[in-house]
Amino acid sequence: MSILKKALTTAALATVLMATGAHAETKRIALVVKALGIGFFEAAAKGAEEAAKELGDVEIIYTGPTDTTAEGQIEVINSLIAQKVDAIAVSANDTDALVPTLKKAMDRGITVISWDSGVAPDGRLMHLNPSSSALIGNTIVKLAADHLPDGGDVAILSATTTSTNQNVWIEEAKKVLPNYPGINIVATVYGDDLADKSYRETQGLLQTYPDLKAIIAPTSVGIVAAAQAVTDAGKIGSVNVTGLGLPSEMAGHVKSGASKSFAIWNPIDLGYAATMIAYNLSNGTAKAEAGAEIPMGRMGTVKLDDNKEGAMADPFTYDASNIDQFSSIF
Amino acid sequence: MMTTFLKSREAILALAILALLAVIAFRFPGFVAPANLANVLTDTSPLIILALGQMAVILTKCIDLSVAANLALCGMIAAILNGIGVPLPLILIAVVALGAGLGAVNGLLVWKLNIPSIVVTLGTMTIYRGIIFVLTDGKWINAHQMSEGFKAFPRAVILGLPVMAWIAVGVVLGFALFVNRTAPGRALFAVGGNPHAAVYTGISVGRTQFMAFVLSGALAGLTGYLWVARYAVAYVDIAGGFELDVVAACVIGGIAIAGGAGSVAGAVMGALFLGIVKNALPVVGISPFWQMAISGSAILIAIAFNARGQGPKGRIILKQAEHRA
Repeated sequence: MSILKKALTTAALATVLMATGAHAETKRIALVVKALGIGFFEAAAKGAEEAAKELGDVEIIYTGPTDTTAEGQIEVINSLIAQKVDAIAVSANDTDALVPTLKKAMDRGITVISWDSGVAPDGRLMHLNPSSSALIGNTIVKLAADHLPDGGDVAILSATTTSTNQNVWIEEAKKVLPNYPGINIVATVYGDDLADKSYRETQGLLQTYPDLKAIIAPTSVGIVAAAQAVTDAGKIGSVNVTGLGLPSEMAGHVKSGASKSFAIWNPIDLGYAATMIAYNLSNGTAKAEAGAEIPMGRMGTVKLDDNKEGAMADPFTYDASNIDQFSSIF
Repeated sequence: MMTTFLKSREAILALAILALLAVIAFRFPGFVAPANLANVLTDTSPLIILALGQMAVILTKCIDLSVAANLALCGMIAAILNGIGVPLPLILIAVVALGAGLGAVNGLLVWKLNIPSIVVTLGTMTIYRGIIFVLTDGKWINAHQMSEGFKAFPRAVILGLPVMAWIAVGVVLGFALFVNRTAPGRALFAVGGNPHAAVYTGISVGRTQFMAFVLSGALAGLTGYLWVARYAVAYVDIAGGFELDVVAACVIGGIAIAGGAGSVAGAVMGALFLGIVKNALPVVGISPFWQMAISGSAILIAIAFNARGQGPKGRIILKQAEHRA
């Protein structure tokens, strides 16, 4: 019975394979996101389509569950395995829960990578981070320095004293400070990711350091609160608020001039790069090994570390010229 | 008369505030400039308004932990209403009514089902924040999505103070009148001081507690609009943990946690004390790692004072009566 069933399945599979054989050159790459209907991921899908167009022989399957659950993603991935896609690039809802399903996919010869939100090393060939701590640390200083040709005092408004991400970024920022002569970090204060405390801390900075030229807030709550406090203090133009934020949240403050520019990863670039990597790995033109450099089209190459993780690029800078385009996306 | 005044909590607190200002001025003279003190008052306005509402609730032996969540929900509703073009006066009426409604939910559960208020409000606190999440999918409403008038109203300056501060002043005066000069206001003290005696005088304990929750809710609703307009952003977590500041302001202000004792002046000064500490810490150059410890110590010291002052209170009154007789 089971032998018969197996034989039948094999025969059926063979027929399917032969039937699709004519289109074998078209690579089908599935972009699995945390949930459908999220602006950030819709934008990533746009980037994936851009990569597909550039490559020519790629079909993008943009899919994901309707809510951000690991169970939903497992179902989606199982159906992709059944469809025999060539590659799966996933932004995972859970680091570990997807591993068995993704292992199954890899056993079937499907190229699996994770991007944005990673899965454990067992469940993927490699992981693409939007950026790295070192790149972010450098970017936030550069954002302030770009608008201060003669240098000046800048202050950092962080989240809490124990926020790991922010602490690492600030540490990296301080490391690259010598590359930006004249830029002087006078204080680091903590707004605890609360709008009111961040606002008060900003008021405190403006009072304590009358010569302050810029405030760097590498946190989305902090940057918005700081921009509002600078606006209310009538210091637009003399104090520039910058750091990491979301375009939809910062649009008003960029237009008012309170923030000349800020940064965050670009979801379009991220979707583009993930597709390029999936394509190159699936083709065998690149191998996912520690130390390998994998080409990502217009985004350059990504170098993998011992964990087979890589960083795509510097965070993308948003200013008055592109804020309208992105504020409707995420 | 003078000596009793000097021994009163309010006088001690007023002196403590002056001493605090003196110490701060010593390290950062700009802090006591009139313009900055006006800033501090404005910044403390939400705390003052909420502390008064909380005072009404605490007087009746209850506690309202849902004020910050109520504030956040009403603030979000205000931002949403503004987004669909509702004029500001209607928004103000709507948020106060909604806040009162949310307070009434707390009040009804405490009154009709006899559930301890700390449990009720702990539950509604989560529910109210949850409703915001359901309403918005966790999305923010940002500065550029709010109309200029919506954001400008609390900032408009009249006679040197922003409208936000004037609203707080108005609430303080109105509340003082209510608590000291009206029957329902006095009932708050009666219910908290001695519930059994209150019942014998014809005061319904449950109804009074219900009223206190409605009042606290309405003030939280009003503050919701002020908060969102001031910081020009509305999202699920605004004013996270603020309920603890509100309770702390009451405790510092000498509102007895066991109910029945406290004054409007005390609650206002308790809020001002906390507000000054919060505004001063960023400018006096104290390491942020110490700031939390300092805020906490201020509260503990106040409670220690409170406990000492309230020790054998009942007997002293009897003895005084004996002396007079």
